[in-house]
Amino acid sequence: MTTATLQPISARRRRTDQIARALLLIATLIALVPLALVLYFLIKKGIGTWTWHFFSTDPSGRFFGDPGGIKSAIVGTVLIVALASAIAVPIGIGVALYLVEYGKDSRFANVVRYFVDVLTGVPSIVFGLFIYIVLVLGGVGGNFAGWKGSIALALLMLPVVTRSAEVVLKLVPDSLREAALALGAPRWRVVARVVLPSAASGLVTGSLLAIARAAGETAPLLFTAFAVKATTFDLGGQMNSLPIQIFNDVRQAQDRLVERAWGAALTLVMMVLLLTLVARLIQRRSRFA
Amino acid sequence: MTLDPNPRAERQDEVAPGTKPAAEPETSEGPRFPRGSTTEVLGHEVTLTGLRAFYGESEAVKGVDLHFAPNKVTAMIGPSGCGKSTLVRCINRMHEEIPGARADGSVTLDDLDIYGADVDVVAVRRAIGMVFQKPNPFPTMSIFDNVAAGVRLTGAKADLKQVVERSLKGAGLWEEVKDRLNAPGIGLSGGQQQRLCIARTIAVEPEVIIMDEPCSALDPVATLKIEELIGELKKRYTIILVTHNMQQAGRVADSTAFMLTGEMVEFGETEKIFTNPDDQRTEDYVSGKFG
Repeated sequence: MTTATLQPISARRRRTDQIARALLLIATLIALVPLALVLYFLIKKGIGTWTWHFFSTDPSGRFFGDPGGIKSAIVGTVLIVALASAIAVPIGIGVALYLVEYGKDSRFANVVRYFVDVLTGVPSIVFGLFIYIVLVLGGVGGNFAGWKGSIALALLMLPVVTRSAEVVLKLVPDSLREAALALGAPRWRVVARVVLPSAASGLVTGSLLAIARAAGETAPLLFTAFAVKATTFDLGGQMNSLPIQIFNDVRQAQDRLVERAWGAALTLVMMVLLLTLVARLIQRRSRFA
Repeated sequence: MTLDPNPRAERQDEVAPGTKPAAEPETSEGPRFPRGSTTEVLGHEVTLTGLRAFYGESEAVKGVDLHFAPNKVTAMIGPSGCGKSTLVRCINRMHEEIPGARADGSVTLDDLDIYGADVDVVAVRRAIGMVFQKPNPFPTMSIFDNVAAGVRLTGAKADLKQVVERSLKGAGLWEEVKDRLNAPGIGLSGGQQQRLCIARTIAVEPEVIIMDEPCSALDPVATLKIEELIGELKKRYTIILVTHNMQQAGRVADSTAFMLTGEMVEFGETEKIFTNPDDQRTEDYVSGKFG
């Protein structure tokens, strides 16, 4: 009887493996560098501005003296994004439900999927321009207004929400739909009571990530909500927002205003970070995926 | 060899069949059939005439005539891909849920053509329940909600507590879960989940129950439990059982149909099919020469 022999790993294969691993690690580290630097500079330059005064006052617009804080920008961003979400999330999930539950592999559904993908790649400034031309220049309900900014953001969010919701809804096993259908449930009840609850955490996660992305967009708001200094809760009028505040401040010659831009940027990043964190926590509780 | 003296071993979720033979019929009687003193309820019959089923262009069931007798267990056997699952899915019109799938021919429940133009597919599925191969309780729902799901999903009004208790007793699961009805349904063992699915099916009080390989994902002990349950259920329901397991067909089925490549080769008393079939192909299959 001969003993079995296994060929040992050659020195060459071992070396190739090590080099490949090292290259991949280097690529990962390079990708982390800008992220770390962005966070470093944001915190270094921005944290100094974070005072109660900074969050509780509006920009004063005075050249001398107190430049004021970013209260109106925070309020504006929250309101504009909230309205955008209220528009984009239900419609996006509705489109996804249609694609997964009804359209399936039909030609129309595939055309919709294709255009949703195209829409995902449309630059945000195009949505801003579109709303600018149609609603602002068109003079629908005055000129610049917070709600027009919301619609521009909603257009931006819609494909993101749709795509993520479609993926999550597809993860709901068909066996659950079949079980419910075989019990004699009408399709709308199957969707409402079995599919949606099963996919709930994933839908929330996807929507939150879309919201987080929209919160930082500047271009759509530039053409639509414009900017005012004072805090307003009226979405029908011009509205300040964090990205626009940053955009305006960094162009100023005064260091104090540029500093305010850093503080506002840090605020915005922290808001987005918080949303992402919440999305992560909810995702962890997800049943599928 | 030593015997494990630990008595808890017997008290695990799958109690071996026969350990409580006296208790079983008592618990499943009584409230389960409120209408009469007897547990025997006349079931309904299903007749297939020239049934053909397609996936796109390919024909999976090629013109089958078959009669499912009331209060009997009819087993469908045959190798994988022979069309037996497709055939039973035509009976409650689940076949058409698959994109590109369609059926042809007639299926009647008693005198009612279930493919009739004015028949509501939802009503068909309410009357002809289905238990699937893999236990599929709703993951977001508790044990109670899973059983109540059928009633809620169909929008019917009923005393849910009573329905849930009656159905769980009917599925032989009540004693095991009555203290944790609010626990999630997916927390149960595989065999318990399958009995939960059976409870969910009988909660909507169908006329016929289709079981599509209900034991193929279960261990032998859980399988026996389900088979005993099938014996109980046929007192009330007409049962159509798809199975890969020929011993199972031999144990529980009154009659057996053998299918091969979309055609029904032979149909008859189970005993005859297994001991003295007319067709050589049936004989080859049941004696294990192929399949």
